[in-house]
Amino acid sequence: MRTYKPFDVFNKTFISILALLCTLPLLLVLIVSITDERSIQSRGYSFFPDQWSFDAYRMLFSGSSPLLQSYIVSITVTVVGTLLAVMITSMAGYTLAARHVRYRNGLAMFFFVTMVFNTGLVPWYMISTKLGLQNNIWALIIPSLVFNPFNLFLARNYMKQIPESLIEAAKMDGANDAFIAFRIFFPLSLPVLATITLFYGIGYWNNWFNAIMLVDTPNLYPLQYLLFKLNSEISMIQQMQSTTASLSTSLLPTESIKMATAIVTIGPIVLFYPFLQRYFIKGLLIGSVKE
Amino acid sequence: MNLSLMKRTFQEIRKNHIAYLLALPAVIYTFIFGYLTLPYILISFQKFNYKLGIWKSPFIGLDNFEFFFMSDRAWQVTFNTIRLNFLFIVVGTAAALLLAILFNELKGRRFSRIMQSTILFPHFLSWVIVSYVLYSFFASNYGLLNQTLDWLGLPQENWYSEPRYWVSILVSVNVWKEVGISLVIYLAAIAGIDNSLYEAATIDGANRRQQIRYITLPLLMPTVTILSLLALGKIMYGSFDMIYAIIKDNGLLYPTVDVIDTYVFRSLRTIGNPAQAMAVGLYQSIVGFILVFGVNLIVRKVSPDNSLF
Repeated sequence: MRTYKPFDVFNKTFISILALLCTLPLLLVLIVSITDERSIQSRGYSFFPDQWSFDAYRMLFSGSSPLLQSYIVSITVTVVGTLLAVMITSMAGYTLAARHVRYRNGLAMFFFVTMVFNTGLVPWYMISTKLGLQNNIWALIIPSLVFNPFNLFLARNYMKQIPESLIEAAKMDGANDAFIAFRIFFPLSLPVLATITLFYGIGYWNNWFNAIMLVDTPNLYPLQYLLFKLNSEISMIQQMQSTTASLSTSLLPTESIKMATAIVTIGPIVLFYPFLQRYFIKGLLIGSVKE
Repeated sequence: MNLSLMKRTFQEIRKNHIAYLLALPAVIYTFIFGYLTLPYILISFQKFNYKLGIWKSPFIGLDNFEFFFMSDRAWQVTFNTIRLNFLFIVVGTAAALLLAILFNELKGRRFSRIMQSTILFPHFLSWVIVSYVLYSFFASNYGLLNQTLDWLGLPQENWYSEPRYWVSILVSVNVWKEVGISLVIYLAAIAGIDNSLYEAATIDGANRRQQIRYITLPLLMPTVTILSLLALGKIMYGSFDMIYAIIKDNGLLYPTVDVIDTYVFRSLRTIGNPAQAMAVGLYQSIVGFILVFGVNLIVRKVSPDNSLF
């Protein structure tokens, strides 16, 4: 194989270029976020701006900017939602995996049907509003997010591999199903629980659909939705400025502040990325094997 | 249901009541957000009125469907949805296959892992973030592309008002964001190929290219087929997140990139006609269901292990 040296060099270079293409666009967003507004106005977005400035971040992190409020909303929704979702999913996963439960396959069918036939947006919206899931934090947590049959089957398939004899032995010692699930099955299923935690966590952090459908009070905007709104509504930025006096220039950093918000929104994902990708890849590989 | 069956059911639930209780939250959730949505299908045949609700609103037959199918929008959004998804599948698969083969030829494992992580990264970003990335390139005033065109002395283009560019842009950005996932799956499939095949081929004098052509590619085909078929089953569902984050309510771009999901969204929220929105949604669900069902039949023939049901 030594004879393929030139190809190896080409291959490594080519792949590096592709990987660069995956990161450069994000780098541009980062650079624009720390570019001085006048520099943007004269030369547009650029990898090599004339002048740097952290005004955008200064404005974002000033006391009354909506960013902090949205950050709190996003973190609350992600933490509470993910915890609830993982609980609901793993408990049901145990029931479907336990062989002594006679109707487990009937139950699995019950969940599966909704995966294949989806009635879509309108009934979902109407039921959510009917349940009072509108303009409150639960609207961002419960509808369509807190339980996902795909994750349920992921958990079940993993738990199925745990030997039934463990359940029998525990029952002999007088343990009930709740005890077996929480004390025996869940600790043995940590890899798959980590994976579904990650799927739900990412789902919550990146979700803005619930906000666009069910929320219209700005203090309930999650980060992603704030970001979505920011690009179309300059008024939101102007409002930010009126409450921020400490800027070094009088020029409003309209462009850089959008990009700075985007960067701040990516932040946690970058932070957790080593963990994310490890369990994500595991989950992908578990998920692609059925039964 | 006869008496003894009821008794047996009752006994089973009593015996394992804690196990069933554990599943209860998921059951309630699925009942409400899954099964209770079914009656709402009725409103697609009604002149729906919020005050009267689904049981009392007057029925008007197929008028809501007629409104949609008689307009030229029906054909347009259906065509756009299918065209975009089809291109996502074809271009995405080709790109991932090529990448997987190149990655498999890499010598250093560390390098390979780092590059995989980098290419997977955009998958974790929301479409809103991606819309900002696109905006920084295509914005008409400050965008990188127009600045570059200007610098080269070429005329600038108003990207956000030219529908003809957006199919290619969306296909490219979809590959950019999602290619890492298929790459990981294909690499796992390649790793599963029996090494003795390659050894035998080497002894018979096959070079690397021949090994790729006659061993790697053919053995990857089942995985490729399954993933493509499963994606094909979902071809009627456009990605609302993607289209609405990037296009928003920019009507200029509707001719090429408005999809069924964004159309339904607007009927419900902007126009405020839930009955029409439901009619279009029902059309999508039914065609979508037939496709999933049909595709599943095929998958079951090709590879029973990978079928959905």
